[in-house]
Amino acid sequence: MADKKRPKDGAQPENAGKTPDAHPDDGLTERLARLDRSLSERSEREEAEKRRASRSDGSSGYAQAMKLSSEFIAGIAVGAVMGWLFDQWLDTKPWGLIVFLLLGFAAGVLNVLRSAGLIADPAEKTEHDDR
Amino acid sequence: MSNDPIHQFHIVNLFPVEIGGVDFSFTNSSLFMVATVAVTTVFLMMATSGRGLVPGRWQSVAEMCYEFVANMLRSSTGTDGMRFFPFVFSIFMFVLIGNLFGMFPYFFTITSHIIVTFALAMIVIMTVVIYGVMRNGLRFLNVFVPADVPPLLLILVTPIEIISFLSRPVSLSVRLFANMLAGHITLKVFAGFVVSLGSLGPLGVAGAVLPLAMAIALTALELLVAFLQAYVFAVLTCMYLNEALHPSH
Repeated sequence: MADKKRPKDGAQPENAGKTPDAHPDDGLTERLARLDRSLSERSEREEAEKRRASRSDGSSGYAQAMKLSSEFIAGIAVGAVMGWLFDQWLDTKPWGLIVFLLLGFAAGVLNVLRSAGLIADPAEKTEHDDR
Repeated sequence: MSNDPIHQFHIVNLFPVEIGGVDFSFTNSSLFMVATVAVTTVFLMMATSGRGLVPGRWQSVAEMCYEFVANMLRSSTGTDGMRFFPFVFSIFMFVLIGNLFGMFPYFFTITSHIIVTFALAMIVIMTVVIYGVMRNGLRFLNVFVPADVPPLLLILVTPIEIISFLSRPVSLSVRLFANMLAGHITLKVFAGFVVSLGSLGPLGVAGAVLPLAMAIALTALELLVAFLQAYVFAVLTCMYLNEALHPSH
């Protein structure tokens, strides 16, 4: 490869300065290092952007309050509906509603903690083990 | 009553249609949904018809919309999430244009009805569930079983995770609907103060300046909320799609 390329470089001397052909291995490692650097830079930037995006919808207190309260209420409402349906099917009149409403409260708290970023999402946790 | 703040959300039948005993009437809500889709389509087609290498004004707006959604999707789901780009872009544009349409006086706000936002949220969640099961099979169900939890606690944690998952479409739709509803009612109430104070004579007119200033400020805030809520809806769609594409464990 190098044999083939060198006469070409000789034929076109204006190109010789640009292509790091003199030491092919050095050029390769250097380029790999550069690629590595720019890749890690990019992934760092994306990471920061992602973190910012997950926080930025709480830029105003009003939006934050709306977000957290809707998360909490949704958990309770879904728990209550599930408990009620459970009772309708299995005829266990008060117990399904009681148990699922309590579970719904727990789920609501979990939703709020998750959307406030206080505990990691299950998907995020495995992708970035350092957090 | 002339300035009833709830009146703007009334559904009016424009063409009564009934098929097989089910009411399919074309209402003002349907009209504004059609208008939203039509305006979005016409805007994008007109804006991209030039295909200039150096974009003009309209083309650069369309390109900004594309870049905005594409970056959002790429940063949260990676490049293989781009197959969902048409889906996320459609939802984002529909919610955004629907919200902005609501800012015109006398226009109907489609996103202020929970059934509309709930339908949108269900489309998102059903896509996530169906695609997640298609791609990962039963491994998708591992979303409900967090890692490194003692087996005894799983009895308690798994139902909580399931309820938490099921509450997503509810919170997604309630957030958009509640923001639009509350904002439009507040705007209407303050605008109503201006009218009723203004009819009280010279002193009332002087006093009406305060709610008028408030109504102007609220209009600006509502424009921000209209954009912000469309953005939040699209971001959460991306996050849920990410879970279907790359389930943990």
